[in-house]
Amino acid sequence: MEAHGVVKFLGEGAGKVQALKGVSLSLHRGELALLMGPSGSGKTTLLSVLGCILSPSGGVVRVCGQATTNLRTEQLAKLRRDHIGFVFQSYHLFPTLTALDNVRLALDVRGERAGQAIKRSKDALARVGLAHKINAFPRELSGGEQQRVAIARALVGDAAAILADEPTAALDGENGHSIMTMLFEIAKDPAHGVLVVTHDPRILPFASRIIRIEDGLIVGEEAGVGAARTPVAKARSVAKL
Amino acid sequence: MAMPLVLKLAARNLLYDKLRFAATVVGIVFSIVLVTVQLGLFVSFARTVTVMIDHAPADLWIVPLGTKCFEDPSLLDEGDRYRALSIEGVSEVVPILISFAQWRMPDGGTSPVLVVGSDLRAGGLLPWNLVGGSLDALWIPESVAVDRTYFDRLGVKGLGDAAEMRDRKAEIRAVTNGIRSFTTTPFVFTPLDRARGYTGTPRTKVTYLLVHLAPHTDVERVRAQLWTVLTKAEALTPGEFSSRSRSFWLFGTGAGAALFAGALLAMIVGSVVVAQTLYSSTKEHLYEFATLRAIGSSGAYLHTVIIAQALLSAVTGFSIALVIGLLIVNVTTESALPVVMTPALTGILFLLTVVMCVVSALSSILKVMRMDPAMVFSR
Repeated sequence: MEAHGVVKFLGEGAGKVQALKGVSLSLHRGELALLMGPSGSGKTTLLSVLGCILSPSGGVVRVCGQATTNLRTEQLAKLRRDHIGFVFQSYHLFPTLTALDNVRLALDVRGERAGQAIKRSKDALARVGLAHKINAFPRELSGGEQQRVAIARALVGDAAAILADEPTAALDGENGHSIMTMLFEIAKDPAHGVLVVTHDPRILPFASRIIRIEDGLIVGEEAGVGAARTPVAKARSVAKL
Repeated sequence: MAMPLVLKLAARNLLYDKLRFAATVVGIVFSIVLVTVQLGLFVSFARTVTVMIDHAPADLWIVPLGTKCFEDPSLLDEGDRYRALSIEGVSEVVPILISFAQWRMPDGGTSPVLVVGSDLRAGGLLPWNLVGGSLDALWIPESVAVDRTYFDRLGVKGLGDAAEMRDRKAEIRAVTNGIRSFTTTPFVFTPLDRARGYTGTPRTKVTYLLVHLAPHTDVERVRAQLWTVLTKAEALTPGEFSSRSRSFWLFGTGAGAALFAGALLAMIVGSVVVAQTLYSSTKEHLYEFATLRAIGSSGAYLHTVIIAQALLSAVTGFSIALVIGLLIVNVTTESALPVVMTPALTGILFLLTVVMCVVSALSSILKVMRMDPAMVFSR
């Protein structure tokens, strides 16, 4: 996944603001990159643009080699379901569905057959350590468990890029650490790259790369401590997503 | 087989707020029961309007020129009967008289009635569905047949009771069941000559002539010849006469339009209720729809969730409305204004319910289409 000179305007008329002012960055398979910056710096807007939820006003975004410029809404949706998994700060699980069905939704929107989708969803939940809670509803799960269900939902479709928006913000230290450990493990898999938007310094030890954004511009990039622990990221020679 | 996940999501979303779902269903039930009554009355009226024409054993009707409906009080010259009989292929022409009269009850009150006079021997317009007395009894002087639905209106209790029309005694010697009049004016069957007496109609006048044809006779040929020999009358097939009567009563008088307008209003009320509740449900679940969009669902998938909610509401509401509708049908069967339910009408009502609910879902679909999926990052 890469962005070159991305510009994004938000709002209209007098309220129009330039949230991104020419951002370039890339996310590689096998790395866990942190995107850090103060509130209003453009982190979430950049995440939305990289995640094909918002179209850039200028510049180019490529996902798995495909440029998103001029793609229609439905084409962007297809890119998302085929290549991108999301983890949200508030989990955004469906309260009326079980953990299994919440994960299965990511495959159902692709039109995957029910039998296969159920099997893959169970595998994904097992991967995040919730094999025993597949029939639990979100209200029956702790915050950490809910976030793990959300991670399973992001993983189940074999997304090349996992984009996480403040995944630990709603969790206590222990659960936050557990979630980051899980994302770190996922990033070890050369099939996935993980980009985490955060301003939580406790996450820093997990990062293989730290990208700093301020006022809509990338102001710095440095290798993280996690790089030493993720061989694939360390090599950085793998293909861009 | 397990329920598809998209339907499961729709059903669970719908039932998440049971009170709102109940409000939706009540709105649909209210609307569809009203539509059922309006359309059921329409079907009932459409049947009642032509009940006499449908039961008269005629190949052709000779009616006064410009007759609008069966109850039209215009008269024919009985000489037309002989003109019709002169045409090859016409085997019999039976005169009948339809005219209003005042029924003076035993207690002194009066009620308008529609006297149906016909030759009792063959091919006339005779009472049917007899539940008391007999047709033969109408040969007895001063005998009449009435429908039991109208006993109260006529101030009688049954066989043997008597009243007066134009100071002539009318004794009930036959009772029918279910021969209702669209105008709710009771029919009184009696032989032709006696009907003339009850209504003050000259002996040379009749209202209609029922034409019977010999086997294998070309109806259109006879009809064309009738047009040439009749001057102030016209020849209609039973179908044409039924259609003309229906058009007059249901559309010419505005009665049908009023029923349809009532049904339309009920539909609008139902649509607004369903639209409002579906919209508020969609609004409440907007973050879930945004999440679905963010994880890559197509627009069609989101629409399926909303339409499925609308259809589930429709099926639930229709099922309850159907039970209530059948109860109303059952309760009104014996009344002067029965609500009729036919399999075709049931199908139409179901389709209307589905259309109403799906149309109501449009505002929700628009809401979801205009939603910004980036809102998933805002909380």
